[in-house]
Amino acid sequence: MTYSYYPGCTLKNKARELDDYARRAAAKLGVTMEELPEWQCCGGVYPIAKDEIATKLSSVRALMAARDAGQDLLTLCSACHHVLKRVNHDLQTDEAVQTKVNNYLAPEQPYTGETKVIHYLEMLRDVVGFENLKKQVVNPLKGMKIAPYYGCLLLRPSAVLAMDDPENPAIMEDFIKAIGATPVAYPYRNECCGGYVAMEAPEYACKRCNAINASAASFGAEAIITACPLCMYNLRQNAADPLPVYYFTQLLARALGVEEDEA
Amino acid sequence: MSDTKRLKEQILAISGVNPRKCMKCGKCSGACPAYDEMEYHPHQFVAMVEDGRIDQLLASDSLWMCLSCFACVERCPRQVEPAHLIEGVRLALIRQQNQNHLHAEDIPPKLNDALPQQAIVSAYRKYSK
Repeated sequence: MTYSYYPGCTLKNKARELDDYARRAAAKLGVTMEELPEWQCCGGVYPIAKDEIATKLSSVRALMAARDAGQDLLTLCSACHHVLKRVNHDLQTDEAVQTKVNNYLAPEQPYTGETKVIHYLEMLRDVVGFENLKKQVVNPLKGMKIAPYYGCLLLRPSAVLAMDDPENPAIMEDFIKAIGATPVAYPYRNECCGGYVAMEAPEYACKRCNAINASAASFGAEAIITACPLCMYNLRQNAADPLPVYYFTQLLARALGVEEDEA
Repeated sequence: MSDTKRLKEQILAISGVNPRKCMKCGKCSGACPAYDEMEYHPHQFVAMVEDGRIDQLLASDSLWMCLSCFACVERCPRQVEPAHLIEGVRLALIRQQNQNHLHAEDIPPKLNDALPQQAIVSAYRKYSK
């Protein structure tokens, strides 16, 4: 299986390991990630206002490049996934956005949201399959109790994101089981870490992250996994007595025996 | 058309929200992780925009407290989408001259080695135009 891949700005810098472990694991699983030859930052947050056009164009360019390559668009960062998926939905459903975007970009073939945007976790579940993944695990993380942390961006609004049940998701739990570890059930898994207030009001992010971290710890978690660089930052920097926080791709690479390989 | 009425029309148009769909159940504010930080809560944004009490919202720090986590959007039984309305009010302010909440020159002292690029672009997109 070959995908067009959109890494996003943070994965080329502070969250390099999220990207790096994902590539190693994909190679092991027989999945080819072809990074788009050119891409721009998605902006980090979905432009909600109906009249925002310019702030959606970088996403449209990436979506269109994947369409032209005849491939689905694979994402990894929760924020990029959220933005690309929602902008794509706008192009599918909002005629005003469709018209303005196509008038501005004037592509040879107008873009109307044809590309399928798929998150790496969805690829593991729906294409590789968790049962199949389990069979390829050489280093099961037996006995490790892991709290799945979804945050906001992967799940909501579920009418558009459509990854899983927004209130009772299972995809990360099933992933944790597939790599041989034990998922921890706790009530804060889809609560917000504070997100972009990290820079402006760190004490506010602290309150959020203390609640999440303490809840996970009180239910016996030894570690937390996330797909989001900003959740990772907030949980590590802004929680008291933080549990170790890993990108899910690092534990995937560990279970597949490729964590220490040369990249 | 009065200024308030024009402002209300503008906010409703850019947010795509119809506050009249609200049945005042309060679930949005019950779900909101920013509740304790806010002077006006999500259900109040909906009611106050509808009532034309927009100046109070524009002057409140509540505008900067919404985390855009979409819990209110997900859980609203009437699909009112309060977070979209809050964004509309925030934009009604920062699209005006000299009303940015975050200035580029204020960013460097707030940086640290671990802070991801995502935090900077997201905050800048939310707080400035």
